[in-house]
Amino acid sequence: MSRIDAKFAELKAANKKAFVSYIMAGDPDFEMSLEIVKGLPAAGVDIIELGLPFTDPMADGPTIQLAGQRALNAGQTLQKTLDLATEFRKTDDITPIVLMGYYNPIYNRGVEKFLTDAKAAGIDGLIVVDLPPEEDSELCLPAQEAGLNFIRLATPTTDNKRLPKVLQNTSGFVYYVSINGITGAAEPEAADVAPEVARIKSQTDLPVIVGFGINTPEKSEAIAGIADGAVVGSAIVSQIAAKQSVTEVLAFVKTLADGAHRA
Amino acid sequence: MTDQPNSYKTGPDENGRFGDFGGRFVAETLMPLILALEDEYERAKGDESFWAEMDDLWEHYVGRPSPLYYAEGLTKHLGGAKIYLKRDELNHTGAHKINNVLGQILLARRMGKTRIIAETGAGQHGVATATVCAKFGLKCVIYMGAHDVKRQAPNVFRMRLLGAEVVAVTSGRGTLKDAMNDAMRDWVTNVDDTFYCIGTVAGPHPYPAMVRDFQAIIGKETKVQLQAQEGEGRLPDTIIAAIGGGSNAMGLFFPFLDDTSVNIIGVEAGGKGVNEKMEHCASLTGGRPGVLHGNRTYLLQDDDGQILEGFSISAGLDYPGIGPEHSWLHDIGRAQYVAITDVEALEAFQLCCAVEGIIPALEPSHALAHVMKIAPDLPADHIMVMNMCGRGDKDIFTVAKVLGFDMSDAE
Repeated sequence: MSRIDAKFAELKAANKKAFVSYIMAGDPDFEMSLEIVKGLPAAGVDIIELGLPFTDPMADGPTIQLAGQRALNAGQTLQKTLDLATEFRKTDDITPIVLMGYYNPIYNRGVEKFLTDAKAAGIDGLIVVDLPPEEDSELCLPAQEAGLNFIRLATPTTDNKRLPKVLQNTSGFVYYVSINGITGAAEPEAADVAPEVARIKSQTDLPVIVGFGINTPEKSEAIAGIADGAVVGSAIVSQIAAKQSVTEVLAFVKTLADGAHRA
Repeated sequence: MTDQPNSYKTGPDENGRFGDFGGRFVAETLMPLILALEDEYERAKGDESFWAEMDDLWEHYVGRPSPLYYAEGLTKHLGGAKIYLKRDELNHTGAHKINNVLGQILLARRMGKTRIIAETGAGQHGVATATVCAKFGLKCVIYMGAHDVKRQAPNVFRMRLLGAEVVAVTSGRGTLKDAMNDAMRDWVTNVDDTFYCIGTVAGPHPYPAMVRDFQAIIGKETKVQLQAQEGEGRLPDTIIAAIGGGSNAMGLFFPFLDDTSVNIIGVEAGGKGVNEKMEHCASLTGGRPGVLHGNRTYLLQDDDGQILEGFSISAGLDYPGIGPEHSWLHDIGRAQYVAITDVEALEAFQLCCAVEGIIPALEPSHALAHVMKIAPDLPADHIMVMNMCGRGDKDIFTVAKVLGFDMSDAE
């Protein structure tokens, strides 16, 4: 059983929703992002999404774009992101880590080598924004074979005809993108998202986690309430951008996690 | 050659691949949109009424066919090959870009889309898109790098006159690649009413094939016109065009791909020179395969797979990638790709003005600079066709600055 599957089994047994947090690896620098990541489980984070910085994040809003630039300017590389995971694993062998980013840095490293190194670093899953099911042979299938979960995004434009194709090679969980748009932009309404989550759940037994545009404990609670959990990214990254301390960032994360766990 | 297919014109395959290049590397939100576009394009391609409308607009609105002009001045000056220029700079809006825009806007109308977005570098694709949107009463938003907005001010004003909203993109270094990122972000946000009109033979399938098919009018006309001037069955010996993303080049090359006697040369922007400092935009000469903007192709990138900013005096060539079909033609050896520096392009720009009375855009000036290199050593019966894909009006400010001519008092 993967760390992700074990985590969802544990949450289910406790009748709790999942809180998933996203930060950009290496933002604002390697040391501080490592300190933040180390503190996330105690702040109530169930699954850690670690952003892979990329120069051209086409699905991200300005907040995540700038986080990626800060990380790259501070010298972050794919190798350093794997190093960060390795360091974290020395302190925590339970909390799943999902790498989220774009394909080119992975392709550039070589898929086989990347998968071997990621597995060794204690990575559990991958979300690669620019790899739809049409490109499954690139990374999705090799990743599953290597024992990593490949988590797919489903979106409001994924109609029922297409949904089986999106779900087919997905594992770990399904990430439902609550809005048409980029990260950190429009805010979703739980009432609008609920039927969409139900639509996806009617076609899969995997947990469905909802993200994009969730920025307060209240939203976190409301969205987690109609799904299996909520993801917050830009709102946390904004705290880092505002030069908040590690303690302050983690305190903010805790309010969001508490929100989701109230649901 | 590693692989000799029966025809070079069968690509892309059903997955949008030219060999290993191309594909559909986009966010899930966009997948249903590009599949719908592919369906509509396939339907339109087989629909005579679609092409009848295109032909009518090409003739009466754009002014096609563009002349194939024997460049006597250049031929005599260089003293070698016989040089023809395909005069796509005489098109309405001053470049080849409108060939493709018309096709995509007609598709957008068929699909009931009311809002058109586009990226632009030099501004030529933006102007062409704004023009056709004005004609058909469509809302138009153009994404242009903030750096390019500055260096291509005349085109920015043109777009605004034509009713388009021009968004100055400040992310990254503020050039074409960043404009393309923001256009994609817009499209992900406005999926229902918006059509993304890509200006070059890049992006996710079906764009590379579709834009090529719309631009192929350039090569088709060239074939017929050359025979009319040089006799039945006469093919050019060399065809040559400048490449940023590569749409004018693909348009000229495609109809000649299976005429294997024809040498095909693509000219990339070498900027300050193709060196380790990467101050150029020569993706094939100085890059390696990667994935960006929906396709796998040669890209300028660092050791970590981060995309590098290109550098060129020509805003229209300032892109770190290249159309996937060019990457494939490069790898199988059907076309040859070379790089020309800013300095060489500026020399060609001035020569063309002086001996032909044609002010070329900086983009085709790169192609012309390579013609200047190779034509003198070729025999007089060697026929060379270069695509003069744009006129230089937009570039006079840039060139004046480099040549030290003060235009600050110009009114």
